[in-house]
Amino acid sequence: MTTTGSVHSWDVSTAVDGPGTRFVLFLSGCPLRCLYCANPDTWHLRDGHRMTVDEVMAEIAKYRRFIEIAGGGLTLTGGEPLLQPAFTAAVFQRAKQLGLHTALDTSGFLGARASDELLADTDLVLLDIKSWDPATYRHVTRGEVAPTLQFARRLSALRKPMWIRFVLVPGLTDDWDNVAGIASFVSTLDSVERVEVLPFHKLGASKYAALGIPFTLADVPTPDAELVRRVRDQFAGCGVPVH
Amino acid sequence: MTATTERLTIGWRGFRAGPWCNEVDVRGFIQANYTPYEGDAEFLSGPTPRTTALWHRLTEMFVDERARGIYDVDASTPSSITAHRPGYVDRDAELIVGLQTDAPLKRAIMPTGGLRMVETSLKTYGYQLDPRVEEIFTKYRKTHNDGVFDAYTAEILRARKAGIITGLPDAYGRGRIIGDYRRVALYGVDRLITAKRAERAALDGLMSTEDVIRDREELAEQIRALGELRSMAASYGYDISGPATNGREAVQWLYFAYLAAVKEQNGAAMSLGRTSTFLDIFLQRDIDEGVLTEREAQELVDDLVIKLRIVRFLRTPEYDQLFSGDPTWVTESIGGMGDDGRPLVTRTSFRFLQTLYNLGPAPEPNLTVLWSPRLPVGFKRFCAEVSVDTSSIQYENDDLIRPRFSDDTAIACCVSAMKVGEQMQLFGARVNLAKALLYAINGGRDEMTGVQVAPAFPPITSEHLDHDEVRAAFDRMIDWLAKTYVEALNIIHYMHDKYAYERIEMALHDHPVQRLLGCGIAGLSVVADSLSAIRYARVRVIRDGTGLATDYVVEGDFPKYGNNDDRADAIAVELVEDFMRKVRQYPAHRGAVHSQSVLTITSNVVYGKHTGNTPDGRRVGEPFAPGANPMNGRDRRGLVSAALSVAKLPYDQAQDGISLTASITPVGLGRTEDEQVTNLVGLLDAYTDAGGFHLNANVLNRETLLDAMAHPENHPQLTIRVSGYAVNFIRLTPEQQRDVINRTFHESL
Repeated sequence: MTTTGSVHSWDVSTAVDGPGTRFVLFLSGCPLRCLYCANPDTWHLRDGHRMTVDEVMAEIAKYRRFIEIAGGGLTLTGGEPLLQPAFTAAVFQRAKQLGLHTALDTSGFLGARASDELLADTDLVLLDIKSWDPATYRHVTRGEVAPTLQFARRLSALRKPMWIRFVLVPGLTDDWDNVAGIASFVSTLDSVERVEVLPFHKLGASKYAALGIPFTLADVPTPDAELVRRVRDQFAGCGVPVH
Repeated sequence: MTATTERLTIGWRGFRAGPWCNEVDVRGFIQANYTPYEGDAEFLSGPTPRTTALWHRLTEMFVDERARGIYDVDASTPSSITAHRPGYVDRDAELIVGLQTDAPLKRAIMPTGGLRMVETSLKTYGYQLDPRVEEIFTKYRKTHNDGVFDAYTAEILRARKAGIITGLPDAYGRGRIIGDYRRVALYGVDRLITAKRAERAALDGLMSTEDVIRDREELAEQIRALGELRSMAASYGYDISGPATNGREAVQWLYFAYLAAVKEQNGAAMSLGRTSTFLDIFLQRDIDEGVLTEREAQELVDDLVIKLRIVRFLRTPEYDQLFSGDPTWVTESIGGMGDDGRPLVTRTSFRFLQTLYNLGPAPEPNLTVLWSPRLPVGFKRFCAEVSVDTSSIQYENDDLIRPRFSDDTAIACCVSAMKVGEQMQLFGARVNLAKALLYAINGGRDEMTGVQVAPAFPPITSEHLDHDEVRAAFDRMIDWLAKTYVEALNIIHYMHDKYAYERIEMALHDHPVQRLLGCGIAGLSVVADSLSAIRYARVRVIRDGTGLATDYVVEGDFPKYGNNDDRADAIAVELVEDFMRKVRQYPAHRGAVHSQSVLTITSNVVYGKHTGNTPDGRRVGEPFAPGANPMNGRDRRGLVSAALSVAKLPYDQAQDGISLTASITPVGLGRTEDEQVTNLVGLLDAYTDAGGFHLNANVLNRETLLDAMAHPENHPQLTIRVSGYAVNFIRLTPEQQRDVINRTFHESL
């Protein structure tokens, strides 16, 4: 297959990006610039390695049996996989032919670029809703929230399983109404399986330093247990497990 | 009816008869009589107040023991099976009795292994060796240690001093021998003596050559030791001449047999074997007869485990530096599958694991699960749950072990498989392969001291290392190393047989026994990465004024072992194959079958300390990775990739075991305990399927370990798995603690 993609890296991890043990492919390039981004080295399409679908599948093949037995699958993340929709679709199509579970980790900002065929080959969408309040969303990501919500409704209509993810940053995304807005939106969706509240961490700080990009959240504390509990409780009304 | 047959009738009532009735055949007995358990952990009982009180009494003593190094020692009585009067923790409360000396945690001296070790240890802890003992073991009775040094060659002495051959059991007991302690419970001592007499008599027809004479003498010693075992039990008020007649007696008889071994031998590893499913048959019979409840069955297992937790040996600080935390390797192998496809899992397999809840986590006994994806789901999930909660279990690949050994095989020490009662190991510690690589470059001179240790092969003099030239020099060097190593081991085991023979342990083996020569290698990942750097990048040599290569500059990137990258992993595979082939060239003591392990225990820290800069960029003094692990921080693609690299190492060329230690944070396994358990089971199934041999699974937060370093008093029972055994974290040296913390924690960003 001649379709190529811009790939940042890959690893195999458990329980981080989707259920079980997964081959996680990080694609390069993202239209958003989230202040808390842990992978600033994946922002630019041009920084990735060009890989063909065959090359990617050859790496995945080394782990196929392990993943089948351990339980898990393939996750595409990044960056933003929907910045490279044809490549993402091609990899998922091949993965489904191998019988692997597929998960798409996306902000949904480019949801309109996901074809129905791509979604048909996607078993699970890890959908990041980064904020509810449009102004906050814009401040956090430099993008708009509306496309994400539209994508979520489309996935819901397709009954496509979703895990909603929300990164909790003290003083940035933790406003009560901001959280409540997402929670009540999520409760209108039909195929959400769980909500993951991801406490902000600064493990990506050294990458900013290496890239010479200022990390504006360097002095923001990680959320304390009480705040995390409060936010998880806010999501509890959605009727799905909250982690 | 004679007393003996009456005893047999009672002891074996209800058991399905078979060939095991007429010959010593514990496996046959188990297969004919055990009840596999395929359910979950629901049935288990918590600790009784009696158990908790007994354990509490000891944990209070542990505080003093930790503070002083040892609790107490009997410095005047050389230990033997019968040397010490009976001792108790709390005579009225104990269900299972017997101590190594006459008081709990009081250590014994065992000078037959080596007097110097005894003297040094006693001095360290402020005790004085009884002058009479000193006189006996210098004037009248030679020790194993003396014998070895009478026969060592100058070359071995140099290699030993330089630390290229290390950890040799030349000053203490070799260990890694598992008596089939179950035999005593099933047959009673008298029957075993009869069988040994028959083995001895069968040698009468043979010409009295040196080998035959030695065998006869050893069998006579074995018979004598069985008699002493019977006397020792009698001193506690038990007649173990016949079979155990109920569950409690079965546990007690078995423990007496093990106790005799740890009274007689200060072996490096004094493993228990594979006892849980055997004991289950006796416990289940009592339960079926309505005379034992689950709570009582658990109490017996808890009490046995308490005893196993307080086995102690007197050892030197140097020993502790190598193998930290006072380990005894009372390894108990649990689970596995039978040849007939039934799981060898019983309720008592669960009960042994349950002790980690009832008594809290602990390094000993070294609970080892023989894992197969075919094990019952309930058992697999319980193992994973216990790992998540306690980090106290290690896993070994039953699907690799069973076809090569048998379905009645146990692990000695960390990863050494042996058929129970049929095979023993001649323990050989390990060689430092990383140092061997540096010797190859330096023409046999030590990179730290400049001393000519190995023969003066031509050194490599080029500015940049050439891969083929280095490989050829390395090949020559490990040829010399293997020869020197096997010679050292042959001397050690000749002398050990002669001066510190394991009478009771060997009495619980068949004659003739199959011997395995347990060689080992350390520094595998350092050498693999170094050769990869030389091959795929450019390595410039920095030499001192005498021409000694002391540092290396790596120019460019290179594939590293531990990332499931065949380019680097194939080098590691070749290294294992090469060294095994080298070792096999040299004849082993008493026809032993050569074997090797890729295992360092905690000695990876000390080896690193004594090894100079290496061509992979590792700095002088920096610890090696433990066992077969990739070097710290070089496995960039997560635990699974690292595990798959390790799984490529060929077990058939390292049948003494290949060790992988992994630390995973709880969130790295799942968001809920249920998810964590499911995912750990999945990882173990898949790793086993991929041919991985061994996994130490630590499920821990880095913060917990940092807190334990700062506030040890808050973490008295914090247990972590280190390359083949478990330790109390707070008993590690600060250096080892840092090494553990710096090791890759598998937690994704």
